Amino acid sequence: MIKNNTKESIEGENKDVEILLKSIFEKYGYDFRDYSRAHIKRRILRRVNALDLKSIRELEYKILESKEEFNFLLEDFSINVTDMFRDPSFYKSFREEVVPILKTYPFIRIWHAGCSTGEEVYSMAILLKEEGLYDRSQIYATDFNEHVLKKAKEGIYDTDLIKDYAENYEESGGKASFSDYYKNHYNEVKINESLKRKIIFADHNLVTDGIFGEMHVIICRNVLIYFNKKLQNRTLNLFYESLIMGGFLCLGSKESIKFTDIENKFHNLVEKENIFQKKLIID
Amino acid sequence: MNYKAIVIGASAGGMESISAILKKLPIDFTVPIIIVQHLSPKSKGYMVSYLNKSSELQVKEADEKEKLISGFVYIAPANYHLLIEDDETFSLTVGEKINYSRPSIDLLFETASDVYQDNLIGIILTGANNDGSLGLKKIKERGGLTIVEDPDTAMVNIMPKAAMGATEIDYILGVDNIAKIIMKLVGYKNERG
Repeated sequence: MIKNNTKESIEGENKDVEILLKSIFEKYGYDFRDYSRAHIKRRILRRVNALDLKSIRELEYKILESKEEFNFLLEDFSINVTDMFRDPSFYKSFREEVVPILKTYPFIRIWHAGCSTGEEVYSMAILLKEEGLYDRSQIYATDFNEHVLKKAKEGIYDTDLIKDYAENYEESGGKASFSDYYKNHYNEVKINESLKRKIIFADHNLVTDGIFGEMHVIICRNVLIYFNKKLQNRTLNLFYESLIMGGFLCLGSKESIKFTDIENKFHNLVEKENIFQKKLIID
Repeated sequence: MNYKAIVIGASAGGMESISAILKKLPIDFTVPIIIVQHLSPKSKGYMVSYLNKSSELQVKEADEKEKLISGFVYIAPANYHLLIEDDETFSLTVGEKINYSRPSIDLLFETASDVYQDNLIGIILTGANNDGSLGLKKIKERGGLTIVEDPDTAMVNIMPKAAMGATEIDYILGVDNIAKIIMKLVGYKNERG
């Protein structure tokens, strides 16, 4: 008896989630139907609880009535937990394995897809500066969430985090002193304006928008884990199309191209850091 | 009851308890085991090699989109939350810490109970916080079975006690008896002949 009730209630919830996502897409144009469902469902239920509602249907009603309410859920859906020089070993490998090749190019276009609040974009900017590549680089940093893009542009971070970031920077093979790159401002730090000069922040949605052409490097870390297989393949094909021959694709430490559509179109340049290079000739 | 998966949560002192349980399980153990052990964010998979040495089962870090298979023990990677999807595959996320923890035991247990409902066994072992209590409560509400490491013998009894305070516990046992009871509940191929 209990079993049936539980089963029905879970099935009912799952159905309500499906309907809510469809409504959101139709009304607001954001498509979360191919996101990891367990994650999306948790976030929806959290919102239902926070608003003290009785059901997902009630939340749907509120969201369709109010853009503001939708924006709250949008914030919840996109995960914006990041650090400067997150996974220091990735930056170290990038410095050692990718930078020497980039140095042979007259200019470098980098797309940081899903840049969130910008910490990792500025990390890359620092690295490029130290390697003498910054002035001939153009970084496009994109996210679908306007709110985080605004924060990224400002480049203002909590002082409490700086100690950890400085440690990461050291581990990543930083060549100067981390404190060279920001100014203290009360209990916040502000990233130097000189690091922002070559970064363009732009709105781009990996689910619904198209290619970003002729890139030398694409960095997209801890974004694909939120997508189902189908959307992962769509996105990876988008990256493939956006890269020049011999261009580099950098994914998160738990994200691989193994068993995806593009598996045979890239070399493993640094396997343990998930840095891939687009093949010159497809074999 | 036909159990289809076992989820285990542990924190301080957990390595010893987990290892003691896994050591006793036979190679033909018939359901997958998924473990969240709180680790330092920079931990580099030492746990997997350590446990593999002492267990007949295949111990590995859970990969995103990987399908759960019996005979395997999956460990949540450091600094990622581990979730289970309806199609019995894993998802990883880097969301906010829950109960100061990433991976979070609650998150694994709650998503697992969505998928397996009353075919799930949840086990809380030694630890110094209360992560896992809400997840275990959810497992119980959905008709699953709950087990807690005996607070008298656990290295740190805060987590077992918190779980006992949150929901009804079916078995409160030392680690040796936890291994025995799950073998009895789940069965293994040889026994079934």
